[in-house]
Amino acid sequence: MRALLLGRWLRAGPGPPRPESRNGGNGGHRGNGGHRGNGGNGGHGPLRQKVSVEVLDHLEHLALVDFRDSEGVERLHKAIQFADQLHEVNTDGVEPMDSVLEDRCLYLREDDVTEGNCTKELLENAREKVEEYFVAPPGNIPLPKLEERETFLQGS
Amino acid sequence: LAPWVPVVGLEIHAQISSNSKLFSGSQVQFAAPPNSLVSFFDASLPGTLPVLNRRCVEAAVMTGLALNCSINKKSLFDRKHYFYADLPAGYQITQQRVPIAVNGCLSYSLCIDSKMSQMVTKTVRIKQIQLEQDSGKSLHDDTRSQTLVDLNRAGVGLMEVVMEPDMCCGEEAAAAVRELQLILQTLGSSQAVMAEGQLRVDANVSVHHPGEPYGVRTEVKNINSIRFLAKAIDYEIQRQIEELENGGTILNETRAFDSKLGCTVPMRDKEGKQDYRFMPEPNLPPLILYDTKSLPANMNHQQVINIDWIHERLPDLPSVKRKKLVEKYGILPEHSFTLLNEDGLAEFFESVVKRTQMKPKKVIGWILNDLLSYLKQHSLTVKESPVSSFLLGDLLNLLEKKEISSTAAKQVFAELWKGEGKTPLEIVKEQKLGLLQDQKELEQICQAVIDGQENEVIMMMLG
Repeated sequence: MRALLLGRWLRAGPGPPRPESRNGGNGGHRGNGGHRGNGGNGGHGPLRQKVSVEVLDHLEHLALVDFRDSEGVERLHKAIQFADQLHEVNTDGVEPMDSVLEDRCLYLREDDVTEGNCTKELLENAREKVEEYFVAPPGNIPLPKLEERETFLQGS
Repeated sequence: LAPWVPVVGLEIHAQISSNSKLFSGSQVQFAAPPNSLVSFFDASLPGTLPVLNRRCVEAAVMTGLALNCSINKKSLFDRKHYFYADLPAGYQITQQRVPIAVNGCLSYSLCIDSKMSQMVTKTVRIKQIQLEQDSGKSLHDDTRSQTLVDLNRAGVGLMEVVMEPDMCCGEEAAAAVRELQLILQTLGSSQAVMAEGQLRVDANVSVHHPGEPYGVRTEVKNINSIRFLAKAIDYEIQRQIEELENGGTILNETRAFDSKLGCTVPMRDKEGKQDYRFMPEPNLPPLILYDTKSLPANMNHQQVINIDWIHERLPDLPSVKRKKLVEKYGILPEHSFTLLNEDGLAEFFESVVKRTQMKPKKVIGWILNDLLSYLKQHSLTVKESPVSSFLLGDLLNLLEKKEISSTAAKQVFAELWKGEGKTPLEIVKEQKLGLLQDQKELEQICQAVIDGQENEVIMMMLG
């Protein structure tokens, strides 16, 4: 699996919209200036704690992302800082919402066969195939351990 | 040496018997050309969404009710993330937080001795039943160092039944699974054929000393039959005891059962402990079920599942069927177990009883001793029996009317088994097996025998 380069993904530019109510006068656009390296940071206050190397290594294993350099790690810190704003809201006695669909009816489908039989189309996207099977490596190829791979995380 | 207490829990995955998959309209079928029963959603192509199959929900509710569970009127779907080639989305949709049914129990019976003459009833608690997707199938090609992936099974509906660690050995686990299998087959919610992968069982095994906390448990997978389930569990219990008695420790690992060697071996797990990063499935609102009281007035009833409606229509479960057989025919409880254990045998028995004047208590002997042993010897199912219930009924009538002896009856049965289309009466005539009814003729024969054995008669009379 190709590693995703987090550094490339989170570009500098208009970041996530800041909550309207926070800065009444500012009309809700980025308050910290638009220079590179800040990725539209809307969080305030210092980062509660830095993310440890073990956790970063764990994340790289789990999601096959590549923090690549300190800038990538810094973006992660900024993203956490932004999300930490949620702690400001008192949620005592409030049920968590996990989907805006929570009041919708879950549609139930009748048990009829309506799809399938499109082997050719599905296999068109496959780089390798063998007699209508998809081809994959023999097993998961796990990321080598921290000590054994070249990553800037080793130095931290 | 302090005694060891083995502890066994089970995680059972039963494939739901439905026409189409859990979240898509692709067909569910066992053997089909690779990747022919796969929709865009099953292949996890972008832009596709899950749509829940009503039949799968009903199957889970039926099963929950049959296992005495509380049905959660509101249950939720979650994503369980891990990477594997046969899981194209990178996650499985399951019910981790609030499953559809919880807190049930299953009763099963065991024979105390090998003669099947004394049975004891045990129960195992059902922790929960959840709906989840099946993954595709991986065929490992070690020679070319690649894996071939067939997604026909990806997305098929599963019910995961979690049994608490209330069992203590392979025999108990096997009996519990067998009973669950019969229940699922009776309900029709799953055909539960282990050989076709419709019922998969993983066992969690640990041992400890009485009074001490539970030991480290291992998970045993790759068990393909109920017989192997018992073997695998008993082997693992022994292995753990020996390891601990030799001063070793038990690793919390996953082991595979090797049926050829009859032992468990560690599964190659290069990745260490999995972190599934459970999150709510954002594309599915909560699943709401109703009962007669809470039924909404003006909803399209195709969109409504009424738990009470399903409850009223549950068929007689195996335990109820057995009780009825014992009450109606006066047979022993262990007989009723054997009758229900073979597909079609109970119906065969009842059919014979209808056809003959012989008492059911005597008929049962013929069914369980003669018919069943012939079937087993020739590896046939009841449906494939060359002797129909009609033929057997006729044969038993001859016996009952004392037109033949029981020895002769067994001979006729053997002849009927050849399946040459002859009736019992024809065979009796052919082989002259009829009992002589004429008193005078009998006397004549006896006298002739005595006359021909003068010496022996004298010896006998002298004492």
